[in-house]
Amino acid sequence: MPTNLQAGESDAVGQRRWVWPGFALPGVVWLLLLFVVPFYAIFAVAMGHTDPIFNRPVPEWNPIYWDTSSFSRVLHDLFGGQLGTIAVRTIVYVAIASLICLIIGYPVAYFVSRRSGRHRGLWLLLILAPFWINYLMRMMAWINLLSPGAQVDQVFFFLGLDPPAWLAGHPFVVILGLVYGYIPFLILPLFGALDRIDESTLEASRDLGASPARTFWRVTLPLSKQGILAGLVIIMLPMFGDYYTPNLLSGSPRTVMLGNTIDQFINQTTSQGGVGAALTIILMMFVAVLMAYYLVTINRATKEARE
Amino acid sequence: MRSGDTNPWSRSRMLILATVAYIIWSLIPVVIAVTFSFNAGRSRSAWQGFSTRWYVGTPEAAESILYDPSLRSALTQSLILAILTMLVATPIGVALAIGLARWRGALAKPSNFLMLFPLVTPEIVMGVALFLVFDNLYDFVAFGTPAQFLGHVTFSISFVVIIVRGRLFAIGRDYEEAAMDLGASPGQAMRRVLLPLLSPAILASFAMVFALSIDDFVISQFLLGEASSITIPVRLYSGARLAPPPSLNALATVLMVITIAAIVVAGLAFRAWKKRSGGDESTIESIASFEM
Repeated sequence: MPTNLQAGESDAVGQRRWVWPGFALPGVVWLLLLFVVPFYAIFAVAMGHTDPIFNRPVPEWNPIYWDTSSFSRVLHDLFGGQLGTIAVRTIVYVAIASLICLIIGYPVAYFVSRRSGRHRGLWLLLILAPFWINYLMRMMAWINLLSPGAQVDQVFFFLGLDPPAWLAGHPFVVILGLVYGYIPFLILPLFGALDRIDESTLEASRDLGASPARTFWRVTLPLSKQGILAGLVIIMLPMFGDYYTPNLLSGSPRTVMLGNTIDQFINQTTSQGGVGAALTIILMMFVAVLMAYYLVTINRATKEARE
Repeated sequence: MRSGDTNPWSRSRMLILATVAYIIWSLIPVVIAVTFSFNAGRSRSAWQGFSTRWYVGTPEAAESILYDPSLRSALTQSLILAILTMLVATPIGVALAIGLARWRGALAKPSNFLMLFPLVTPEIVMGVALFLVFDNLYDFVAFGTPAQFLGHVTFSISFVVIIVRGRLFAIGRDYEEAAMDLGASPGQAMRRVLLPLLSPAILASFAMVFALSIDDFVISQFLLGEASSITIPVRLYSGARLAPPPSLNALATVLMVITIAAIVVAGLAFRAWKKRSGGDESTIESIASFEM
């Protein structure tokens, strides 16, 4: 950083005005070039056209010349076509998986947040451990267990039951895979919110004669609402764009989610970038509310930290 | 002790049971996967004795992480990417955090907003965006390591800002201003006062970015180039359904150990600063609060 030791007081003040934006500059430029421009590229490609000779997408950077025909074809498919079925399926899978995550995760987060003393750290370590184990490793671990003739099948054989082919395209396997994969990300913010509730608040409720159930419904649950919402948003955002979980645990067209269609058009074919980009815009329309809520939450959290 | 504790079906018993069941369910599959990475045979469901052949087996068999070219290359690629990302994203993020915390200009607010956006954007959207821009506009950037590196830095910068700015707000501006009142230039105040105070947060950021990068799957996959740019998570994804030998479990185990080591470093650094500012949290609680 250039500093001029001979500079007088007013110069130093003038300099200080430029120091701080100067610090922010590399990061801001980086994010403009590698986040904002790429983000715009999604629209440029979705509203562009396809080169008839080389059969590859040609982006249209100038919005005046945007051609919405391919985007409206995808939109048309969303309302009443194959894509509509996939979108509904995605919403159903995400909704069921999020609900199961909450039902399993809440008691766990509550229990650990009410622990004190020596073992609290150990409990916390155990519920946080999956957080730092790679998602793909955790999926692979289940593939191992669910493969034909593997441990889960052996349990079934032992009980005299006939196991289904777990990995052959069952929606419930995909949904349970989503639950298994994302639940740690819900438990963490939930634990944070529950941990901030002062034990004396709960004691006061009980001392005033409320039953444990009433204390839970009238005190604990309302006080943890922010944590529930934050946790749900944090898991629903990646779930909506997930393609690897259905691919790994099923691979069948019967369990295709929105993310799979994007993966297909971008990663597995070369000439369909325009469709892939249009699908990505549609995905963003689905998650826009979640993104906005999350953005407001983070912004508020940092503002509070500043005070 | 509440009276309900003598009843085996009391609420607190149920909570313990639910939590223990959750922990078993969430960890047992991983424990089994790790166990079978030490299997002496090729099976991943029948135990045939202990061996390290899938980790360090002979060059002739070429079946261990050490000697199977595809596994070894995935490990190398993941490490290279994580180290490069860590070295570039951390300084940029630290500078951005300092700049955004102190800057009061008209563009400060939009810049802050811009920094928050990558945190809330689903990875698949960022993956598509980066893929399309490298494919159509920045075509001088090759897919593979260069594109993956740029992508990893892009999603890491904002995490660094969040970690560092927490510390910046806690420090306040008093120390710096005192230094400048005593005659230090802004540069000296920065080097001699602010950066030392920030050092635990900077160390935590290095470790955190390393862990984020080595753990990433979506961005690495969308920006994949030639086979040598396959990272460990991408290798796990492409190999998991093909009835792989236990060497894939061994590769996943190595990834897990590396990630956890990085997180422990981040947690210890975080704890160091909490201690200095008077908190008495344990390391694990530091890691927990830190994630939010």
